[in-house]
Amino acid sequence: MEFTSVVFYFLSAILLLSGLRVVTVRHPVHAALFLVLAFFTAAGLWVLLEAEFLAITLVLVYVGAVMVLFLFVVMMLDINIETMRADFRKYLPLAGLISGLMALEMYVVLGGQEFGLKMPEPKAVDYSNTKALGRVLYTEYAYAFELAAVILLVAIVAAIALTLRRRPGLKWRDPATQVVVRKADRLRMVNLKPQKPGAPVEDEA
Amino acid sequence: MLKWIQQFFKTFLLIELLKGMAVTGRHLFLPKLTIQYPEQHTPMSPRFRGLHAQRRYENGEERCIACKLCEAACPALAIHIESAQREDGTRRTTRYDIDLTKCIFCGYCEEACPVDAIVETHIFAYHGEKRGDLYYTKEMLLAVGDQYEAEIARNKAADAKYR
Amino acid sequence: MDQIQTLLGPAWLPVWTLVKIMVIVLPLLIGVAYLTYAERKIIGYMQIRIGPNRVGPKGWLQPIADALKLMFKEIVIPTGASKSVFILAPVLALAPALAAWAVIPFGDTLVLADLDASLLYVMAITSMGVYGVILAGWASNSKYAFLGAMRSAAQIVSYEIAMGFALVGVLMAAQSLNLGDIVRAQQGGFWHWYFLPLFPMFLVYLIAILAETNRSPFDVAEGESEIVAGFHVDYSGMAFAVFFLAEYANMILVSAMTSLMFLGGWLSPVPFLPDGLFWLLAKTSFILFLFLWFRATFPRYRYDQIMRLGWKVLIPVTLVWLLVEGAVMQTSLGRFFH
Repeated sequence: MEFTSVVFYFLSAILLLSGLRVVTVRHPVHAALFLVLAFFTAAGLWVLLEAEFLAITLVLVYVGAVMVLFLFVVMMLDINIETMRADFRKYLPLAGLISGLMALEMYVVLGGQEFGLKMPEPKAVDYSNTKALGRVLYTEYAYAFELAAVILLVAIVAAIALTLRRRPGLKWRDPATQVVVRKADRLRMVNLKPQKPGAPVEDEA
Repeated sequence: MLKWIQQFFKTFLLIELLKGMAVTGRHLFLPKLTIQYPEQHTPMSPRFRGLHAQRRYENGEERCIACKLCEAACPALAIHIESAQREDGTRRTTRYDIDLTKCIFCGYCEEACPVDAIVETHIFAYHGEKRGDLYYTKEMLLAVGDQYEAEIARNKAADAKYR
Repeated sequence: MDQIQTLLGPAWLPVWTLVKIMVIVLPLLIGVAYLTYAERKIIGYMQIRIGPNRVGPKGWLQPIADALKLMFKEIVIPTGASKSVFILAPVLALAPALAAWAVIPFGDTLVLADLDASLLYVMAITSMGVYGVILAGWASNSKYAFLGAMRSAAQIVSYEIAMGFALVGVLMAAQSLNLGDIVRAQQGGFWHWYFLPLFPMFLVYLIAILAETNRSPFDVAEGESEIVAGFHVDYSGMAFAVFFLAEYANMILVSAMTSLMFLGGWLSPVPFLPDGLFWLLAKTSFILFLFLWFRATFPRYRYDQIMRLGWKVLIPVTLVWLLVEGAVMQTSLGRFFH
C-alpha cells in the first residue's frame, strides 16, 4: 500500500470516529471539540488532495473562528444533559433520514464514473492551487463572488441593526474626548482669603 | 479645524504613548536603587520597633516592677502579667508573657513603662517554627535583653533628647 | 552525510526532518526560557531595580531554577474539573506556537517547509491557539478561569481580524503568500522594507500582536487585580509551565513574523553589509524588547476599550489603508510599494 493511502485511511478513520463522537458523546462541549477535530482532520484530507489553500481556509475559518464562537455559546448555555439524552431517541428517525440522504448523495458523487461522470485529471507538479482559485474567483466568478460578499455584509449590518438598542441615560463617555482634555479646560485656580469660621465665604477668581 | 487635524495626527502617531515610553526608556539607564538585603541594610531609626526585650540594671537586677502599665496600655491585649512579692519585700513579676502573634508593634508598652524595662529592639528577622514559638515568656524576653543590652542602651541614649 | 543516508535508507527522510525540527524547537525553548529572564531584567531596570541576580552569575541560571521548580511541583486537578480537557488545554496552547515555526524562513533557502501559502498557514495555525485558553478556562470549573477565558477568546478573535487585514496589505505589496517571497520582495536596504509604505499597517499589526498574545497592555485575560490570573488560575506545576511556554513562544513567533513581513527578515538594512540569519534574530529581539518596553510603560486597558480599539479603530484604519494602497498601486506611484 502506498504511503498516501496509509495517511488517507488514518485520517479518514479519525474523521469518521470523531464525527461519530460528535453525536454520541454526552457533553455538548466535548461534542464541539470532536467537531473541531473532525474539521482539522478534513483539512488534512484536503491537503492530501493537493487543495492546500482550501484546507488552510477551512482551519482558519471553521476551526479558528466559527468553532470558537460555537464553543463560546455552548459553554455559556446551561444545558441539562439528562433531557438531551432523552431527546436522542425522539430525533433518531429524522437523523436517520438525513444521514441516509447524505449517504445517497455521497454515492452519486463518488460513484459518478459508473454513471458516466467525467473525473478531473491530476494536475502538474508546479500547479498552484491558490493562484488558480484566485484567478477563477476574480475573473469567471467575479460577480458571484462580489454578490456573496455583499450579501454577507448585508447580513452583518442587519444583525447589528436588529440587536442594536439605544439606551438613554447611560453615563458612557467617548475615550477620545477624554484624552484631549487639558488641565486648562477643567481647572480654575481660585485665590481664597483666610477667613474666620462662620463668616460668609467669598472667592476671588 | 487646525486643532482637530493636530489632534488627529497626535492620536494616530501615538505621540502620548511615545512620551510614556521615553520615560521608561530613560529609566532603563538610571542608576539602580536596589539594596541587596542580607548583605546590605537600609539605615534604621533608633526608634525602630522590633522584637521585645526585658532589660536589667547594671547590677543584674531586673528592671520590671510589675506595675502592669504596659498590660493596660497594650491595645492588642498581647501582654499578660502576674506578680507576687519576693522574699526581700519587692514586687516582681512571676509571669510576663508577650504573644507576638497578637502584638502590633505599636510601642505603647515601651512608652508606658516607668522604668524602661520593656523595650522594642532592632531585631526584625526572627522566626518561630510553630505557633507557640512566638509566645515569648519572661525568660525569653530577659535573654533577648541580656544579649542586646549594649545596642538597646545606645538606641535609648540616641533618642533620649527627644523624649 | 551520504553514508548516513544510505545506512538509514527509507527512514532517512523522517529522521532528517526530525533533526531539523529539533534544531528549530530546541533553540526556541531556550529562547523562551531566557525571554522570561530578559523580561524580568528589563522591566526591573525600567523600574530602577536590578531584577533577578541570585541564581548563578548575574542571575543567568534563574530560568533553569524556575523550570526545575515547576517540574517538581504537583499538578493539582480541581474537583469538578473536566480532567481530559484540563490536561489537553495546555498542549493545545503550546502546539500551534511550535507548529507555526515549520514555515518561518530563516534565510534564503533556510526553511523547514517552503509552503506556497505559508502566510495563511501561520494565520490558520496561530488562530488555533485560542482553544488552549478557552478550554483551560472551561475545564477548570472556576469562575475566574472561565471569565478570563471568555475575555481572552473574544479579544483574540477580534484582533485576529485587524491582524489579518494588516497582513493583506503586506501580501498585496509583495504579491505573494509565501513568507520567503515576501522577504525577497523587500530586497535593497531598509528603505525598501514594508514598514515604511505600510506604516499604519505596521502600527496596527504591532498593537494587534500584543492583543493576540495577551500581553500587556491587553492582558485582561490574566487581569491579576480583578480575576486573579485568568484562565490558568487552577493550573500548577508543569501544566502551568506549558502555558507559560506557549505565551512566550507565541511572542517570539509573532515577533519573527513582524520582522519577516515589515522589517525585511534576514536582509541587512544597508546594501554593503551581508544578509544573514543574524539580522532576523536582531530584528526579532528588537520587537521582543518592544513587547517588554510596552509592558513596563502602559497600564492595562479596560475591557470595553480594548474591544472599541480593535473594532472601531484598528479595523477601519487597515481598511482605509488597504484602499489607499490598492489605489496607489494602480498609478505610477505603485513602485513605492514594491
